Amino acid sequence: MAQKKFVVGCFDEEKVLFPAVKQVRAAGYKIKDVYTPFAVHGLDHALGMRETSLHTAGFIYGITGTATAVSAISWIFTKDWPLNIGGKPHFALPAWIPIIFELTVLFAAVGMVMTFCWLCQLAPGVKKHHFHKRATDDLFVMVIECTEKTNAEDLVALLKSNGAVETDIQIAEEGWWFGTYDKNDDLYNNKQVAL
Amino acid sequence: MHIKYESQLREPLVYGEKNFHQVTEDILRPIEVKPSRLWYIGFFIAVTLLLFGVYSLYREVTYGVGQWNLNKTIGWGWDITNFVWWVGIGHAGTLISAVLLLFRQGWRTGVNRAAEAMTIFAVMCAGQFPIFHMGRVWLAFFIMPYPNSRGPLWVNFNSPLLWDVFAISTYFTVSLLFWYSGLLPDLATVRDRAFTKLRKKLYGIASFGWTGSTKHWQRHESLSLVLAGLSTPLVLSVHTIVSFDFATSVIPGWHTTIFPPYFVAGAIFSGFAMVQSLLLVVRKVFGLTDYITIGHIDLMNKVIVLTGSIVGIAYLTELFMGWYSQNKYEGYTFWYSRAYLFSPYGWSYWGMMACNVLSPQIFWSRKMRRNVFVTFFMSIIVNIGMWFERFVIIVTSLYRDYLPSSWSVYYSPSIWEIGFYMGTFGLFFTCFFLFAKYFPVIAVAEIKYVLKRSGESYKPEFEKLEAQTLDSFVHDNAHAH
Repeated sequence: MAQKKFVVGCFDEEKVLFPAVKQVRAAGYKIKDVYTPFAVHGLDHALGMRETSLHTAGFIYGITGTATAVSAISWIFTKDWPLNIGGKPHFALPAWIPIIFELTVLFAAVGMVMTFCWLCQLAPGVKKHHFHKRATDDLFVMVIECTEKTNAEDLVALLKSNGAVETDIQIAEEGWWFGTYDKNDDLYNNKQVAL
Repeated sequence: MHIKYESQLREPLVYGEKNFHQVTEDILRPIEVKPSRLWYIGFFIAVTLLLFGVYSLYREVTYGVGQWNLNKTIGWGWDITNFVWWVGIGHAGTLISAVLLLFRQGWRTGVNRAAEAMTIFAVMCAGQFPIFHMGRVWLAFFIMPYPNSRGPLWVNFNSPLLWDVFAISTYFTVSLLFWYSGLLPDLATVRDRAFTKLRKKLYGIASFGWTGSTKHWQRHESLSLVLAGLSTPLVLSVHTIVSFDFATSVIPGWHTTIFPPYFVAGAIFSGFAMVQSLLLVVRKVFGLTDYITIGHIDLMNKVIVLTGSIVGIAYLTELFMGWYSQNKYEGYTFWYSRAYLFSPYGWSYWGMMACNVLSPQIFWSRKMRRNVFVTFFMSIIVNIGMWFERFVIIVTSLYRDYLPSSWSVYYSPSIWEIGFYMGTFGLFFTCFFLFAKYFPVIAVAEIKYVLKRSGESYKPEFEKLEAQTLDSFVHDNAHAH
């Protein structure tokens, strides 16, 4: 993936962050992301992100679980090996409800967590660029990607005037995929990267 | 619509002058310093117990279930008692995180992480009992339905014992996922504060490369909410299914329709008691009294008195039905085997009544609910009482069969049965000690989320808000969601 230049502005208050997001967006910059130490409700909307569809995926996984349980048990008990249990019907749906329910939950939960990890590209051993160490502690870190037209100094000034406590210009990879991040270890070795 | 405001009347959830950084410092300090001597002593005791348990199991696996004092009448004894006991304890964690999340209870943030960990360890302990009860434990995989060369001979999907296999394994998996996905941001916080290369590497692996991106948080919130929605019926279903192990049989004393709600209430009851026992120690030893406050203890004690009373009503209902049904066998089980103090196991019934029904009533008093020592003592009493409950249900129903010729001799456990139980204590506390040493015991990110709304030092700001008119208040503080 390509390495790019980013302008980073750090805020220490939610109260300051929200108007700043508004101002930066109004000035025509595209905010790549805001890294926060906890879930700031409403920030996704302020950044103009669409709602996540993760719950829809969860629903689909859930009904997959239901279908798996119903079809597997009914095939086993009516076709593959019809077992006579006290002369009761082979197709004993009420008695299968517990397992059907458990498999629904299991499929939905496992599927959603795996999808979550996939979408966010989270996995053990993954390396990512961290724009600021305190983003997981007490700072809200706004990151704006520079294009050819961007004047980084102007942008830094804009962030400062909107209450950023720290600003910085960094070079990082814009996106990454498992095993592709910083392939030549340029960033890791602090090499000057030509843009 | 979402309002970032909480009434002044409510107790703060976080005490003291805190900012976000202070929260990180406070909660992560215990895992960044060398453990105290107390930790080593505790850990050593836990590992010793665990090893004793391993040896007891070695005896059981080598020589067979005959190492236990079970007999043909009392086929389920300490093993299944302990299984139900541990599973019950394993219900509080997910209940706290899931149900309280759905009900938007802010106080869960102080206790959920440790309670979820406790849940996972308790379910791990519980699972050992039915597995080793099978006798030939090396064939334990026969309980899973898979195409096999024996026919294929399938498991019986109509059997509550198989439902249990699915329920417990699903519950364990979902609890683990819920717990770990919640831990990711906090582990990232530990990673970014790492002071050695090794810590950075290990916590880097453990935190999956979490960055705190807004999009990730948005998905994380969605994931937590849906997992909570799934876990809530799951929690209820698991102990319901455990109760089906008994209720679907025809043994007097087990064949009872109130078992599901009664078991679920009992599970919450014992689970909260165990959470209290652990957290009262953790908050003191780790200096987290600002986060796990007296207010939290008070609220959990309210849950204990509620569920304890529900359990009490269930006991009385059973007793009433034992008489009202006019069924001789039921009457004998409930009124002789259990409620008659001088019957062989009458002591266990009255022990259960005293511990579970009478003693928690002390928590109607606010003063007692907020007393740390009373709470700790009561949490132990409740857990003893809940162990008695399972023992009463299992043993008093079994030991006198329909035929007097198959009446059991007095059942008391062998040293290897006791050793197995002790071993699960060892497993539980070994895991908990390691958890407390290497993982943040409080959800750091979630505390930060409630800090500015419910923190003590932020509450005075709300005075101004409370003086506002409704319209201007809503205009300033709510945003469309």
